[in-house]
Amino acid sequence: MLYGLDFDIAHTLGTSVLLLSFALLYQRRLSGVLEAFALQAVFVAASAAWQAWSQDAPQLYITAVIALGFKAIAIPLALGHIVRKLGIHRTIETVLGVNLTLLAGVGLVALSILLVFPVTLASGNVTRENLTLALSVVLLGLLMMITRRNAVTQVIGFMSLENGLVLAAVGVKGMPLVVEGSIAFSILIAFIVFGMFFFRIRERFDTLDLQYLESFRGDRHVDRP
Amino acid sequence: MTPGELIFGGGLVSTVYLMLAVPLVAAIVLAALPWHRVSSVLNAAASLLTLAMAISLLFGTRPKPTNFIFIDDLNVSLIVLTSLVAFTTSWFSASYIAHEVEIGRLTPLSLRFYHAMYQVLSAAMILALCANNIGVMWVAIEAATLTTVVMVSIYRTRESLEAAWKYFILCSVGIALALFGTILVYLAGQTVIGPGVEALAWTELHARAAAFDPNILNLAFVFLLVGYGTKVGLAPLHAWLPDAHAEGPTPISAVLSGLMLNVALYALLRFKMILAGNAGAIAPGPLMLTMGLSSLLLASVMLYRRRDIKRFFAYSSIEHMGIITFAFGLGGPLANFAGLLHMVLHSLTKSAIFFAVGHISQVKGTQRIADMSGLTKTHPLLGWGFVLGVAAIAGLPPMGPFLSEFLVVTSAMARQPWLAVPVVLGLLLAFGALMMRLQQIAFGEPRGGTAPVSASLAPLYLQLAMVLVAGLWLPAPLVSWFQNVARLLGS
Amino acid sequence: MTDTLPAILLQLVQFALVLAVAPLLTGVARKARGRLLARKGPPIVQPYRDLAKLLRKEAVLAENASWIYRIAPYLIFAILWLATALVPTFAIRHPLSPAADLIALVGLLASARFLLALAGMDVGTSFGGIGASREMTIASLAEPAMLMVIFTMALFVQTTSIPSIIDFVLQRPVGLRVSFALALISLVMVAIAETGRIPVDNPATHLELTMVHEAMILEYSGRHLALVEAASMLKLVFYLSLIAAVFAPWGLADSVAGGAPLLVGIAVWLGKLLAGTLALSVFEVAIAKMRVFRVAEFLGGALLLGLLGTIFLYVSQSP
Repeated sequence: MLYGLDFDIAHTLGTSVLLLSFALLYQRRLSGVLEAFALQAVFVAASAAWQAWSQDAPQLYITAVIALGFKAIAIPLALGHIVRKLGIHRTIETVLGVNLTLLAGVGLVALSILLVFPVTLASGNVTRENLTLALSVVLLGLLMMITRRNAVTQVIGFMSLENGLVLAAVGVKGMPLVVEGSIAFSILIAFIVFGMFFFRIRERFDTLDLQYLESFRGDRHVDRP
Repeated sequence: MTPGELIFGGGLVSTVYLMLAVPLVAAIVLAALPWHRVSSVLNAAASLLTLAMAISLLFGTRPKPTNFIFIDDLNVSLIVLTSLVAFTTSWFSASYIAHEVEIGRLTPLSLRFYHAMYQVLSAAMILALCANNIGVMWVAIEAATLTTVVMVSIYRTRESLEAAWKYFILCSVGIALALFGTILVYLAGQTVIGPGVEALAWTELHARAAAFDPNILNLAFVFLLVGYGTKVGLAPLHAWLPDAHAEGPTPISAVLSGLMLNVALYALLRFKMILAGNAGAIAPGPLMLTMGLSSLLLASVMLYRRRDIKRFFAYSSIEHMGIITFAFGLGGPLANFAGLLHMVLHSLTKSAIFFAVGHISQVKGTQRIADMSGLTKTHPLLGWGFVLGVAAIAGLPPMGPFLSEFLVVTSAMARQPWLAVPVVLGLLLAFGALMMRLQQIAFGEPRGGTAPVSASLAPLYLQLAMVLVAGLWLPAPLVSWFQNVARLLGS
Repeated sequence: MTDTLPAILLQLVQFALVLAVAPLLTGVARKARGRLLARKGPPIVQPYRDLAKLLRKEAVLAENASWIYRIAPYLIFAILWLATALVPTFAIRHPLSPAADLIALVGLLASARFLLALAGMDVGTSFGGIGASREMTIASLAEPAMLMVIFTMALFVQTTSIPSIIDFVLQRPVGLRVSFALALISLVMVAIAETGRIPVDNPATHLELTMVHEAMILEYSGRHLALVEAASMLKLVFYLSLIAAVFAPWGLADSVAGGAPLLVGIAVWLGKLLAGTLALSVFEVAIAKMRVFRVAEFLGGALLLGLLGTIFLYVSQSP
């Protein structure tokens, strides 16, 4: 029942990350979403640092630093700047009600437990739990991208999804730097691409809300019933 | 010195590394060059150089597999195919792009960007194919995705931005799920191989697949199938594909259809081989059969309601990816052979069709099918090329795809007779739609612009000739090569 | 049992003590709130005076009120008094402690709420109906949330009996458990909703748009009102004691230990109650009342936290 401090800390950090995924879904204000995301990144960084220490894998500290510097500080600041500068609506439009989204989220967590638990019997406890939590975070990020129709929240959903991947990668023992490097790499590029997107969308339209984009669509009107 | 190596810095370096370096160097140069006409020629030249190295790799000695790069029969054939189509497309692109600048849809500045991205894209695709590391392969596919996203949005119209956004979001999600699957494969591998880079190497993973925990492999494959399946454009996950094809520049549509989808499918095939090597794991066949068949049927039905020519052929790509996935799902030497052949022939045919489509929409000034009829009267050469291409993709006899589709159906008959029925149904449906549109575009009352085609039609006819030859006569070494690869792929 | 008499005495002291403390606690809460808002606030003993005054007054009944309306206050008061006296407040074991089961307590509270809602609807005024319907909406979310907290406990300590939980927590190292923190937060949120505090309900309001509890008891007067008011004061004591007993059981006297530890136990318990009340007041002042429609979300959050607590515990425990 008790596995000692090693597991307890990993458990606490991992569950906090998942909890913040729910917080992201719970928020109705854009600023709240940004704060929750930043906090989640902090916990991901702490989780990576803890794994670096407990697995004695110093390269994971790099992952932690990247998560902290980039995701917890730089991206929320930049997105906050975009929101302010472009005058985006501060409240979030949801496709599905908040309570229903949360309910769906719990369903997804249950799903990931059902998926990961039976197949990882042989792996260590920390790996096992981290994978479960990571998959939940990934699925919740997906849910956020689906149910929040706003470019900024979709970006954040995507980033939180990536947080889940980092959590998974650090939880598996001895995962080579390749993956960490690639994650950092993709964060960077994703951000540049996103930045360009925002810039261009701003250039042409007065809103970042993607629904406006979808309303205009030549082929769709003609073709789709 | 053999064809596979070059003297470099006093020693022999495998051309693999140079093949990767050429497009990257070219990308940097192209990003700096301000003259777009020079750039487009240089773009084609760099692609030709890459092709030459790929061919030298085919005939020469292969490098020893490292933890980073390896070459075997399967990926080398795809590398050659990729660099070939990348070259012909860059050739086509040179004339296409010039016209786009003339009518002001693109600025010289965005062209610099376009050419650099084109080379990055081809480097990323080749890296994905020759990587001996599932992590590196993942990074390469992600990089290829991002570059195409940027290229799809290059017109900066409302529609192209939406298409790019949709493409980006869906494929990022797919690629994220694929990464989760990759981590799971590593988890399965590291318990047997031990922690470290080796547990990410294809060569190690394939060699020791039998000892892996089958449960983890099963779960991993589901994620990989959904993840890379999104990139392949398989049925429930195909939503991005038509938009991205329709709204981007036509050369990118050709590369997307002809190459990107193949690269993602290649990743899936490799993972399928790991599962095939493990007795306890689920057979990936039924999953792939289902997705392939549903893509085929869905796309065949959807073909009837398309009004936009690029969107129309995008759905045709979904249909053919469905056929290929179906063939690999069947497994066995014959079906694998058919799948490989169809993969190659579809790439050649579909990119040729997109070359034609690019010229057509430029001379007619529209992408609406209804506004471009009577093509064989107004532009005979282009029109008949288009007719040939569509006939090939529809599976009419003398052309290559007829052969490969016939093989797919025959192997389905042999292994799962009941499954042959929906496949034939899907093929017939698609055939009907293609013929209907072909009739409308190629014959019928001439409409739209009549300005002559200024560009060279050589890439179009070159590829069509290859497709025709493949349909009439497959060289014996090629057949035995494919048979060898088909055996490699296992059941 | 040789010490039956002291044990019964202990239980009686418990009954008396919770009843005596309840108005005091409400008085402290009002006073603290007043001071925090830079007002003088009512005297701490004001609730006693109010109750005494109400008890002296004549109870006026609405014309169309049935017998349900008349007996409800007595039953509600009795149920809450019993429930509060069951919770181990200053000592762990007393004669009724085998009945101090979390599920039994939830059942008691639910029946009290049911009676109150029934009484609210009985008079047939629209306010009573609104109050009852809102109360039931809140309950439909608060009760599952509470049950989730109980599941978390049950999963961890294999029992729902409060004395056993206390024993477990006191004797074994619990370690870092996120689930416990989540259960605590969830329980606090439920407590806030159930005791009708801001942000869910405002105990001081008579604004028809927002009131929940006040709407149901609007027609009560005299001793009936006194009983219902006392019951809601007891509810505050109940939740604070419950939270203190389960999540901070330190300082509880073992009932066989004799006089001195019992006195310490009482002092510690009073200290915990005071701390809890002050924290509640600060929280109430700091936060704004939410719209009635948002309450569902608030409690949905509580339910979610409880559920997650259970799930996390399951994840960390399974072999």
